[in-house]
Amino acid sequence: MSNTDGWFAAGDRDDPDATITAVREGSADEPRDWPALALEAGFASDEDEYYDALREATTTATRAAVTERERADDRQLVHAVRAMDDCDRTANELAERLAEWAGTVDPDAGTGVEYARTLADGEADDDLEEPAIRSLAERVADLADEADKLREFVQRRTPAVAPNLAALADPVLAARLISLAGGLEELAKKPSGTIQVLGAEDALFAHLRGHAPSPKHGIIYTHDAVRGTHPENRGSAARAVAGKLAIAARVDHYSGESKPELEAELAERIETIQSRTVDDDAEADGGAGDE
Amino acid sequence: MNKALPAGVQRHEFDGTERLATQGEPVYGEPTEGEWRAWNPNRSKLGAMLELGMDTGLAGGETVLYLGAASGTTVSHVADFAGPTYAVEFAARPARDLLEAAESRERLFPLLKDARKPETYAHVVESDVDVIVQDVATRGQARVALENRQFLADDGRLLLAVKARSEDVTREPAAVFADVREELSEGYEIMETRRLEEYHADHLGLVARPR
Repeated sequence: MSNTDGWFAAGDRDDPDATITAVREGSADEPRDWPALALEAGFASDEDEYYDALREATTTATRAAVTERERADDRQLVHAVRAMDDCDRTANELAERLAEWAGTVDPDAGTGVEYARTLADGEADDDLEEPAIRSLAERVADLADEADKLREFVQRRTPAVAPNLAALADPVLAARLISLAGGLEELAKKPSGTIQVLGAEDALFAHLRGHAPSPKHGIIYTHDAVRGTHPENRGSAARAVAGKLAIAARVDHYSGESKPELEAELAERIETIQSRTVDDDAEADGGAGDE
Repeated sequence: MNKALPAGVQRHEFDGTERLATQGEPVYGEPTEGEWRAWNPNRSKLGAMLELGMDTGLAGGETVLYLGAASGTTVSHVADFAGPTYAVEFAARPARDLLEAAESRERLFPLLKDARKPETYAHVVESDVDVIVQDVATRGQARVALENRQFLADDGRLLLAVKARSEDVTREPAAVFADVREELSEGYEIMETRRLEEYHADHLGLVARPR
């Protein structure tokens, strides 16, 4: 198929596979009057027949391409990590509601998902007469269990999808970065400065509009190397982490090989950054207002 | 409204309000009245352009190349009144919905392609289309329009919705629109522009023809 041919040149109407592949993978230097050319070539006997065949080929090709892209492993990961966050958030919200409600019946009522779990298990020595409260507690516990299961799924799957990213960050953080970028390829194409502030879009846009300082870090705040660094030096740590994560994402997307030296390089760099506050125990003391 | 609507687009009454409508299977839960389904200008930039009385030059029955079809909200209405309609969308998720909208529309051809790379669909989309409708939310919207000019007939029309925030969130929309207009004039003669503020914040509707 040369680059002056239309999608239909690859086959005839009895051979849809060839034309479907042509729609998906073909190209041409410029458009031409394809309906007329197809009639000339005997592909179709009239315009209606041509357009019917075109419709068949484009919908089938597009459906196949959509399915392929959506089933890709990084897409699955994106959905899993978002579902996990939704379950966590909903469980917490409902646990608050539950604590409010249970507090009116039982003065010793606790709070949070843990309390919901004990209530659901019926272990707590309570005398809740209202079964609706216990039923709500069961739902909260179920949601929290679901979130835990999704977390396990993410932890298991991320290393297969993005081995270097999962090694450098924790698998859940790696999956969150992929989710925020919209996919592994999208993440691989982002500059490290963008990765550094992924998840801090509100702060970033406030900064770009000119009424806020630039955010130092987005979701990578949860990375141990960032959180474990003294606030004075967190910007540097975030920059170093983002830089290595950007490289890891690119290696994962474009080659897929494991590069353990990335981890060592990051550890070394973070050590240098953390040793800057000499008089301070950077690991433990987060809030000291030194200098 | 002063400008004639294309054949196949009419004003119909839905729940006591007069609204634009086309004939076809509903796509996004829009209200229907018999065979007519309401065209919501708040969800469709082309709908807003028609609602605001812009002279789109649409008559009905045209061959259309639609860039940035997304879930098919607007392109389904276009396919209702136009002829063969090529719908290009780059993202997989909305393309799934686009396929649904295409199911009941015989002359709507969905393509999962990048509008910034016309060579990847030039072997499918015919030359000399009557209308290009463009609503892509990427940077370089003028560039996309210029690169797809090759599909447009000499007397064809470009109907463009420019989203200022896609170009640069920090700049004044008016400044962004001025730049887009200038870049566009490399290949198009701009016939009419109008802010779509009533329906879409920071969007400019633009009608042009190839020069």
